[in-house]
Amino acid sequence: MDWFPLYNSLRVAGISTFISFFVGIFAAHAIAKAPRIVKGVLDCVLTLPLVLPPTVVGFFLLKVIGPLGPVGSRVLELWGFRMTMAWYSAIFAGTVVALPLMYRTARGAFETFDVTLLYAGQTLGLSDTFLFWRVILPNCRQGILAGTVLSFARALGEYGATTMVAGYIPGRTAMISTTVYQLWREGNDALAYKWVGINLAISFGVLVSMNMLENRYTRPRKSSAPIFSEPKRFSEPKREL
Amino acid sequence: MSIHVDIRKFFDGFTLDVAFEAGSEVVGLLGASGCGKSMTLKCIAGILRPDEGHIAVNGITLFDSEKGIDLSPQKRRAGLLFQNYALFPNMTVEQNIMTVLKSGGGYSSGRGRGRRDALERGLRLVERFHLKGLERHYPAQLSGGQQQRTALARIMAGNPAILMLDEPLSALDSYLRWQLEGEFLQMLEEFEGTTLYVSHNRDEVYRLCKKVCVLHLGRSEGERPGGVRTVRELFESPNTLASSILSGCKNYSRAEKITPRTVYAADWGVKLDCSAPWNDTSPDDIAYVGVRAHHVIVRPAFGEQGEGANVFPCRVLRVIQDVFSTIVNVQPLSAQPLSAEGGEFSLIRTELPKQEGQFREGDIVSAEIKPENVMLLKSS
Repeated sequence: MDWFPLYNSLRVAGISTFISFFVGIFAAHAIAKAPRIVKGVLDCVLTLPLVLPPTVVGFFLLKVIGPLGPVGSRVLELWGFRMTMAWYSAIFAGTVVALPLMYRTARGAFETFDVTLLYAGQTLGLSDTFLFWRVILPNCRQGILAGTVLSFARALGEYGATTMVAGYIPGRTAMISTTVYQLWREGNDALAYKWVGINLAISFGVLVSMNMLENRYTRPRKSSAPIFSEPKRFSEPKREL
Repeated sequence: MSIHVDIRKFFDGFTLDVAFEAGSEVVGLLGASGCGKSMTLKCIAGILRPDEGHIAVNGITLFDSEKGIDLSPQKRRAGLLFQNYALFPNMTVEQNIMTVLKSGGGYSSGRGRGRRDALERGLRLVERFHLKGLERHYPAQLSGGQQQRTALARIMAGNPAILMLDEPLSALDSYLRWQLEGEFLQMLEEFEGTTLYVSHNRDEVYRLCKKVCVLHLGRSEGERPGGVRTVRELFESPNTLASSILSGCKNYSRAEKITPRTVYAADWGVKLDCSAPWNDTSPDDIAYVGVRAHHVIVRPAFGEQGEGANVFPCRVLRVIQDVFSTIVNVQPLSAQPLSAEGGEFSLIRTELPKQEGQFREGDIVSAEIKPENVMLLKSS
């Protein structure tokens, strides 16, 4: 059995996740602070690939990075390689479809972040960079991890746009998703089952780890309100103006 | 050691307009919820940007809209204790404090004195704020009081030029509040610079602060640029409706001046002599009179004592038994009870020593307000 599709799928999904991790967090952080109209527009643009059919995403990608597209032709001219029909072409497709998930979950995490922590840090003289890496990110950890896992799962499961920009070339651009389709077309059910099983196992593992994160995330956090061991003896006096 | 604040910030339907000056003392910022107290602190700390004005601490200008000065919060050395303390949840007590000590940048005087020195200062802070044994605890594992001490230690680690406390005791239950208030008093005395103490609780302000600045609907009262009064002044002779409400006065009536020593309380329909000891003659622009609940003397049955000055008949509307006193709500017979506007003002709330059965609802009684207890108030 040729293990290339597994290796290629993991490689493409891994790199796509890596890129969407940084782009997604940066976009989420920047957009959370943006004025309302800018926020609305950018939010739509970044979320669009989530709701578009993958073939539409693939179509757009081909028009942009294809050998005749504005980016694709420039790259071919300058460095002499094609951006489509290579193993790394799938990374473009994977990143575009995974980014919305990373961006959305990260933004949700930033929005629930208690901004007084940031203010407190600033008045204490801590730099904004320090506060981003040591206070904001750690306190949004659950959301960001969840986004990363989801992005990876989505990039791994991508088929439509991938097959359009990377095609199916055994040993060069084949991924699990495209391999299963090809095997089914050839009537090679036995091998198709094997790949289906492998894909199920990976997806299952990803979702289980995701659930473990979710559990931790949804469990009531220890409240920051005062915890008193002794019972209240006096009722609060009614506040007077 | 001083602070000078004179700022304005405009919103739809709300304008913050605060001006006050203070030396190295504890100054209370007193006002009802939503009057802009916290916002003022945030402007001083640099978290919010006023639209215009001037802020200076110890002679250093932090903000000046005319000269275009607007220091970043990091450079202002303004220690702000948030209502929820804002400890970093992902760091232990030790880390919360040491983070600030180590950063040092442009803020603490301990720049470049090295790690050993920072550790030593951290240890001293832990001892001073009774946090020994809790160094490795996360904020979620601490009680409210411990969290607050940690937050204060962290602020002190930053070596602030000014200390600002935003309702520090309001999140705690009343039992614990008493204990913490003692600690607070001691700590406030140790701090050398100006302390701004924000609260809506007059008792707290009275006990902890020497001076007070009253905020009403976003505006600071009092003469500009001074703006602050001593606490005694506020409680003994509030001069505006808002400040007398904040000082705990419960009874008001719109009023007109008749002679320098008599006013007509319109909502009560009575003429009152007044002889405020702090003021020989009543000012021309008085708009209200106020009387504290325990200054109204209520006697059963009207007419027996005769109609002296400031004695008028009332109907008892309601008798409420409080824990240590009896509250009797009365309404002057001469009041226009059913007028929609001012209906709330026509009521007089009195507080008598605990008693049962002496007054019943519907009784006619006599009420007396001694001339020295009539407070003359301006509308703002």
